Amino acid sequence: MDSSYLALGLCRSSRYGLHLDMTGLRNPTRLWTGIATVVMVVAFWLIGSRSGWISAQAFPSPDQFLAAARQLLFGEGYADGRIHQHILQSVKLILMGFFAASAVGVPLGLWMGWSRRAEALINPVFLFVRPIPALAWIPLAIVWLGLGDAAKVMILWFAAFVPCVINSFTGVRNIDRPIIEASAMLGVHGWSLVKDVIVPGALPSIFTGLRLSLQGCLTALVAAELLGALLGMGKVLYQAGLDIYPAMIVAGMVAVAIVGFALTAVLDVVERRSMPWRATH
Amino acid sequence: MGEELDRTQFIWRSATGLLIFFGLWSFAAGIELAPRKFLPLPWEVVGRGITLLSEPFSGQTLQGHLAASLQRYLLGFALSAGVGVPLGLLMGWYRWLDNMVSPLFDSLRFIAPIAWVPFAALWFGTGIGGPMLIIFAGAFPPCLINAYRGARFVERKYIEAAQVYGASGPRVVTEVLLPASLPSIIAGLRIGAGAGWQSLIGAELIAANTGIGLMMVRAQGALDTSIVMVGMIAVGLFGLLIDVALRGVEAWVNRTRGR
Repeated sequence: MDSSYLALGLCRSSRYGLHLDMTGLRNPTRLWTGIATVVMVVAFWLIGSRSGWISAQAFPSPDQFLAAARQLLFGEGYADGRIHQHILQSVKLILMGFFAASAVGVPLGLWMGWSRRAEALINPVFLFVRPIPALAWIPLAIVWLGLGDAAKVMILWFAAFVPCVINSFTGVRNIDRPIIEASAMLGVHGWSLVKDVIVPGALPSIFTGLRLSLQGCLTALVAAELLGALLGMGKVLYQAGLDIYPAMIVAGMVAVAIVGFALTAVLDVVERRSMPWRATH
Repeated sequence: MGEELDRTQFIWRSATGLLIFFGLWSFAAGIELAPRKFLPLPWEVVGRGITLLSEPFSGQTLQGHLAASLQRYLLGFALSAGVGVPLGLLMGWYRWLDNMVSPLFDSLRFIAPIAWVPFAALWFGTGIGGPMLIIFAGAFPPCLINAYRGARFVERKYIEAAQVYGASGPRVVTEVLLPASLPSIIAGLRIGAGAGWQSLIGAELIAANTGIGLMMVRAQGALDTSIVMVGMIAVGLFGLLIDVALRGVEAWVNRTRGR
């Protein structure tokens, strides 16, 4: 690593990201303690709300929660839609933003990682944009594009773009030099160099970036929908907050958690399929 | 890699990049690609920022809003670190605690921090308490995870040595696990600090009565794009300052540990 880009602060890849950790399920003590804890929490919730320690104005009873879930799933819905409509709307926007950002961010990061010229040209502008959190783009997106889908895709694009660029960049920079030199010596160049050397070499890091991007998208979308949307999980939360309907707030949060879990799980599968040479990560 | 650049070439190219960016921005604003109200010139944004230092917008000057945000942030972040780091270390030592907390923690952490906003507002209001819960939701998980991982990966021989000398559980945690996992803890604090800052801005955009996020959302309502941009720059700048400060702490810790 040389100091020129260390000084510019691009060398840090963020390694933090949600991983599904299923190892605990194989250990019986861990599994049973886990189940016992969850049972205890649910029992506490049941008894607490029956006896009135937990005020129904602050947190719903299990019955109220189930009623709200039923209303969302099978009943007339809430906040102008049933749950599948809200989730489809949110997931559609997340995927649009995520793919638009990774389609630009990953190649840009790879290019900056490969070429010092490109890095020198683009990095300063990128450093200007990078520290601005995705959520801080929301007011600008609303002023420019209104409350529709376009504004949300813009916000999600920024949320996903930054981690894609940083991690693709670091991925290329961390490829062992001898590998690149060997492939140069063997006459690998052009498209084949990109396809067979650079992308596979940077892939673990690229996936770290994609994972962070996806998480960033989910957070940014919920925030954007809380600030104004016609449909979506954030809209459910917003309306429930407005109506002071705690059971529906919980239902909305459960929906957010399930979508977050499902998207992460899909990305995990894609990651494992794309890197068959790594047994586990 | 592709080709090497010397220092002057690097600086030249960087300057060119910035020039292109601000040139395009000024050009687009200059020919009124969008009405000036929506796309102000770069120096108009800077000028607006300077007037905001003395002229209040939605009840506060720029530094007043920033002070409100920073106060919440420091309280929320201190709470996250104060709960997350000790809990993570204890979970790294006491298996039963790990087995109990992990399933709850793992199921809660798939909820995006911002999704706590309605409850935060309902339970703790829109002053300090509500936004603090959101900062906590953002900053707590990395603090806990990194302390936990740090404690789990401490070399066994240090722990065994301490136990041979008769150290009790709590002493192992404070005198072996804590110092040994400091680098990991500080890395977690840095990630948490960033996540907490972003969560705070989100909380202030949606439900708060003061702060830089409120200023931005009011400016959005008034279609005052230059104030929105001033807010974005201020948020970015302070996020950067927080990270630089923690990086300083990180460097200092690594130096004093002699690594």
